[in-house]
Amino acid sequence: MEKRVTFKGWLLPMLLLLPQVIITAVFFFYPAGQAVWQSLFIPDPFGLKSQFVGLGNFEFLLNDPFYRASFLTTAIFSTLVTLVSMGVALFLAVLADRLIKGSGAYRTLLIWPYAVAPAVAGVLWLFMFNTRVGVVSWYLGLLGYDWNHVLNGNEAMGLVVVASAWGRISYNFLFFLAGLQAIPRSVIEAAAIDGARFWTRFRTIVFPLLSPTTFFLLVVNIVYAFFETFGVIHTITSGGPQQSTTILVYKVFSDGFVGQDLGSSAAQSVILLFVVGLLTVVQFKYIERRVHY
Amino acid sequence: MATITLDNIKKSFGKTDVIHGVSIDIEDGEFIVIVGPSGCGKSTLLRMVAGLETITGGEVQIGGTRVNETEPMDRDIAMVFQNYALYPHMSVFDNMAYGLKIAKTPKSEIAERVAVAAKMLQLEPYLTRRPRELSGGQRQRVAMGRAIVRKPKAFLFDEPLSNLDAKLRVQMRLEIKALQRELGITALYVTHDQVEAMTLADRMIVMNAGVADQIGAPLEVYANPLTEFVAGFIGSPATNFLPAAALPGTPASAARVGIRPEHAWLSTEGEARLTGTAVYSEALGAETLVHLRLPDGEMFTIRQDGARAQPAEHQTCHVAWDTDQQMEFDEAGRRI
Repeated sequence: MEKRVTFKGWLLPMLLLLPQVIITAVFFFYPAGQAVWQSLFIPDPFGLKSQFVGLGNFEFLLNDPFYRASFLTTAIFSTLVTLVSMGVALFLAVLADRLIKGSGAYRTLLIWPYAVAPAVAGVLWLFMFNTRVGVVSWYLGLLGYDWNHVLNGNEAMGLVVVASAWGRISYNFLFFLAGLQAIPRSVIEAAAIDGARFWTRFRTIVFPLLSPTTFFLLVVNIVYAFFETFGVIHTITSGGPQQSTTILVYKVFSDGFVGQDLGSSAAQSVILLFVVGLLTVVQFKYIERRVHY
Repeated sequence: MATITLDNIKKSFGKTDVIHGVSIDIEDGEFIVIVGPSGCGKSTLLRMVAGLETITGGEVQIGGTRVNETEPMDRDIAMVFQNYALYPHMSVFDNMAYGLKIAKTPKSEIAERVAVAAKMLQLEPYLTRRPRELSGGQRQRVAMGRAIVRKPKAFLFDEPLSNLDAKLRVQMRLEIKALQRELGITALYVTHDQVEAMTLADRMIVMNAGVADQIGAPLEVYANPLTEFVAGFIGSPATNFLPAAALPGTPASAARVGIRPEHAWLSTEGEARLTGTAVYSEALGAETLVHLRLPDGEMFTIRQDGARAQPAEHQTCHVAWDTDQQMEFDEAGRRI
């Protein structure tokens, strides 16, 4: 029987809950409410007063080709970031799991990038790929490839994907490694004796047993790609060239704080909130059901 | 089905030698039990036969072919693990069929073989269940089933019964023995439980600190232990050991003398070889274990018929035994 702790009055439990409630209210409900409220207004060009337009901002956005393009950009960007960061992390974790000697050093080095703030990571990659002084672009030039992410939208996308995924690999690696080490050795050995070679074992035993970890990382990484990559994009491309790396969250910023269209920006963040909410619900409803064993 | 030959098998982890050279020729269909206390290297020895540990020295042959460098999947053996090692995300059917699917066995044959094994192990109602929905005994059976369906050259068992409760252990012990007899497949079985070893083995290997102290049929090992360790390990309750100096008439080279509890009896003062004080008695019904404390502080156990009178606590008791049945060991623990 589960033992339940009960309180006699309601004052103490309320008091205990209060800190969390205050934090959530101040940092989530209040700004989210503000965003919803603002999304219903259009401010005048001087920002002195605003006019109520109902769902006008939303209507305008959904008909705006730039906004729709930003959706597609976000989809491509977040898919790539998630795939690259999880794929590389899984590969490294599998290697680390097989390692016996020097595994401590290997792991520590792999975890370091996680400590680098996204904006700093962005600057780091920007230096390496700088079209004039960047090390990587210089070597690419030697190979006859003219790297210029300032002009080429695909190269810009590639660069922000790599920069965003890089810091994330450490985080994913940690979880994958923990997941791999939680798989009993004897299960892998049993599969080996049953005749399964490394790749077959990975496909039929290891990966399925890792699926709860994979699912968790999928959700977390998509949310990361949607929101936390702002710093990377801001430092490397500022959404360019020609909006080719303007993901939704960057558009919220650039329309609101650069373009000063707070109504549209607020409406975008409300949409973003729904999109991420919807994605998470879908993931939990349809995917999580299959990952439990 | 195949013979297995171990030729002076050695294993070291770095500079630590854990197995110092074990040799045995196992005949086709023979049931061999490797028995010994924790850390004696018995599991390591089995894992070397399975191919899960590298072999530092010597040679392992399965069916007359050297397999030292052969990967586990190419050795055509099946193994039952202590924790069963079932695939948690697969049904009982898929667990048993896994090896066959990898071997690209036709679907109809897989279904047939799994059905036969499931029937043999009374697993038919559970084929669609996942391992976590099964009891310990059922999981154990699935692990057995997974080994059976592949029709391997040999079965390897790594303490398969130690996670089961006592009653189930006795039952599964009988089933394993019956199954192995029926299938006639060579089996290597590791256990720390000497009762399992005695009941299952055609021959047993008694391991002590990486050395095979004795290899032989259970009753032969019991009746004629070659070392002090074997005499103490095989037989329950454990053999009593006395310093040879305390007993008149022992050979000069003897350091210690072993007397099995079942070979000693409470006697009259006249025929007594030893005298001690009764500490307590354990009446088990059919038999009673009488524990005595000797003058030098050592304990001595006598196993007697349950119907015989038990000595009272602190009562002075006299002990006698037939000197033909006493076992004498030299300084190094070897039988004289």
